[in-house]
Amino acid sequence: MAKATVNKIISFSCVDGPGNRSAVFLQGCGFDCRYCHNPETIHACIHCGECVKYCKPGALTLVEECDQTQTDAETDIGHKAADRGTGRKRVHYDIAKCVFCDECFRHCPHGASARTRELTAEQVMQEVRRNLPFIRGITVSGGECTLWRDFLLELLSLAKAEGLGTLLDSNGSYEFSKDSKLMSVTDGVMLDVKAWSREDHLRVTGRDNACVLWNLEWLARERKLTEVRTVVVPELFDCRQTVREVSALLAKLGCLDARYKIIRYRPMGVREQYKSLTPPMEDLLQELAGIAAGYGLRDVIVI
Amino acid sequence: MKRVLTPEIIEEKRREIYNTLIDPTSSHEQKVTYLARHAENFMTVLDEPEELDELMRCDIDTRCICNLFEGDAPYRPRYICIDFPKFLREGSEFLQLGPAKDFDEALTNLMIMYHNIPSITNYPVFIGDLDELLEPYIENLDDETVKKALRLWLTMIDRTILDSFCHSDIGPKASRFGYLLMEVESELENAVPNLTMRVSKDTPDDFILAGIKCALHSAKPSFANDEMFRGELGDDYCIASCYNGLLKGGGSYTLSRLILSNIAKKAENIEDFKTNVLPHVCDVMARYMDERIRFLVEESGWFQNSFLAREGFVQRDKFTAMFGLVGLAECVNLLLEKEGCTERFGHSDRANQLGVEIMDIIDNFNKNHFNPYCEATDHHFLLHAQVGIESDHDCSPGTRIPIGEEPDELVDHLKCINLFHKYFPSGTGDIFPVDLTVHKNPQYVLDIIRGSLGMDIRYLSFYASDSDVIRVTGYLVKRSEMEKLDAGQNVRQNTTGLGLGAAKNCKILDRRIR
Repeated sequence: MAKATVNKIISFSCVDGPGNRSAVFLQGCGFDCRYCHNPETIHACIHCGECVKYCKPGALTLVEECDQTQTDAETDIGHKAADRGTGRKRVHYDIAKCVFCDECFRHCPHGASARTRELTAEQVMQEVRRNLPFIRGITVSGGECTLWRDFLLELLSLAKAEGLGTLLDSNGSYEFSKDSKLMSVTDGVMLDVKAWSREDHLRVTGRDNACVLWNLEWLARERKLTEVRTVVVPELFDCRQTVREVSALLAKLGCLDARYKIIRYRPMGVREQYKSLTPPMEDLLQELAGIAAGYGLRDVIVI
Repeated sequence: MKRVLTPEIIEEKRREIYNTLIDPTSSHEQKVTYLARHAENFMTVLDEPEELDELMRCDIDTRCICNLFEGDAPYRPRYICIDFPKFLREGSEFLQLGPAKDFDEALTNLMIMYHNIPSITNYPVFIGDLDELLEPYIENLDDETVKKALRLWLTMIDRTILDSFCHSDIGPKASRFGYLLMEVESELENAVPNLTMRVSKDTPDDFILAGIKCALHSAKPSFANDEMFRGELGDDYCIASCYNGLLKGGGSYTLSRLILSNIAKKAENIEDFKTNVLPHVCDVMARYMDERIRFLVEESGWFQNSFLAREGFVQRDKFTAMFGLVGLAECVNLLLEKEGCTERFGHSDRANQLGVEIMDIIDNFNKNHFNPYCEATDHHFLLHAQVGIESDHDCSPGTRIPIGEEPDELVDHLKCINLFHKYFPSGTGDIFPVDLTVHKNPQYVLDIIRGSLGMDIRYLSFYASDSDVIRVTGYLVKRSEMEKLDAGQNVRQNTTGLGLGAAKNCKILDRRIR
């Protein structure tokens, strides 16, 4: 079975799609958004061990590589392997001891998190099953969940077998139209459209957005677009253009019931070097919501 | 044994009466109610169990039994749930009212009846299945007409029925009246009346969602597991007062409660608690309740003389009594401490299991206790998870997990309450403040309600963490009214004072937001 690096699993979430859902956050993202409010999910841990110094409850420890098979066999708690120059060591994470103080990734020099577990899809489902019958589905988010495509296919198939709904939360860097197998077990995608123009998108994320916009169109046509989100940072990109063009496209394709979530940028969790970005004013957010509603979108919310 | 009023007791009672007379924070109506209670408490008509005084009329930290201020000479049942359909159909000779022929008459007749139904607080605790009662009268009326009448009618209830133990029910079927009622309730944000939506598998999602949206504005309705109540009490059950399952056309004679947290203090260890201390207190309380019921039924004359009984709006044999309890969590924690164990109720299997064992003992005791006047419920009382009173210290309502100690994950909280709700046909419930408004995701609550219905979860309440109307322990109050009272002004509703006490003593404003 394929494994993924799991950053966390939230048992009940009211913010990751309609209804009550368990949300699974996978580690790693190909975008580098300046306003990312959980930048510790962007990179993979390289096991330098820096964070261990800051872990007061002792959930993170630096251990010899050779424990790996034993630990894997005996517990559900996964871990990562890496070469650390002279001796092979890795950071071991014990979720039972963790108090979720966030000190580890706050001090990570690599924009990563060691507070993660290597889990198979079945192991993730074991945790999700605890939440039955109170949830209607799962949402896989990140980081960027599509970086773990094989794992994702297994996890969503397992969820479907339980009668659960399946949503993906994606930055749109994966071409969904080419993966009918994955889409056959995916009810919908919640897509970030970070900026409409290529230049703006490059400035925000460091990446081109041709694939994102293709996904927007394709998912809307296929009625697999559950939600579009745009984080509003006026000094970083043309917010009006982005909301206008997205709304116009959805209207053209008759996809009026997809939720458009217009998100106020907040400095919470954002890296020091980007904290100077200014949160938008309320009237701009309302103006943007008005633009979207003006195109006939029925479910526009500002948060 | 009949009590003796010593000169010291009489002098103390006179002091209490004086304090009531001059209390700046009580309104006139509240003073009249309290004065009547003081008068009742001069009576020594009950043949009480000998052991009662040391368990009930003692220091608050050692009190094991509490009669919830019912008074020492019960002259009306504690909770009365009349047969409203009969009343609208036939009218009442005593009230000089004929059958209600249209919507206006129905509303007016109901309001007149409400002011003639006594209870422990003198206000009605059940005002009907409003959808079933009123749906037939609105067929030919447009929405705006109905809503305008409802706005006025509900405002009159809120301003004249001066405590929020007044309870109305809707569901499990969706109805046009039900939708309109919830629309108006979310606008008004009144604390009175309380409202329950019965929910079954067949209740449409859309109707439940209308209830949830209303609850996020006005902290009501709460949601009752219809199939569970129906299975225990039959089709003619209603939800009255805080969340009490009782029979329509009947009610509850009385309610006393075990203070489990204090009972645990008397035990040397778990074994002593289970085999000696708890059974003894249960026995004394049951005999005390038997005597209260005997006086009410045989001597007080209420069932012979009240027009409600004479005209058949209630029937004596549809009444039961409520065997209440509070403080299971603290009881379990204390007993475990006595055994050198630091595990906590709500957080460990061992602690929860002990809670279940204690509940089984109480349940078995009740199943083996017979009362001649509780025919409606096979001659047994119904267990009741009492919501607590404002003077309770270190004693959580019923079987609730103490505020401030709720499990991190809501799913763990729900799994814990799932162990305990089944014991309480005459009511229990848990309350969850939620923060959903910005995300517009009421389906989140819907999924939790739907999930609960398939389990042994009986009764759930939700309110928005930022709303003015909030649920205290079972009843509703307005934060803004509590602030007025706290500033020394008198306020309309009795329950505002109870809520303020609970905010200060029971940390009800500090619940974990879900």
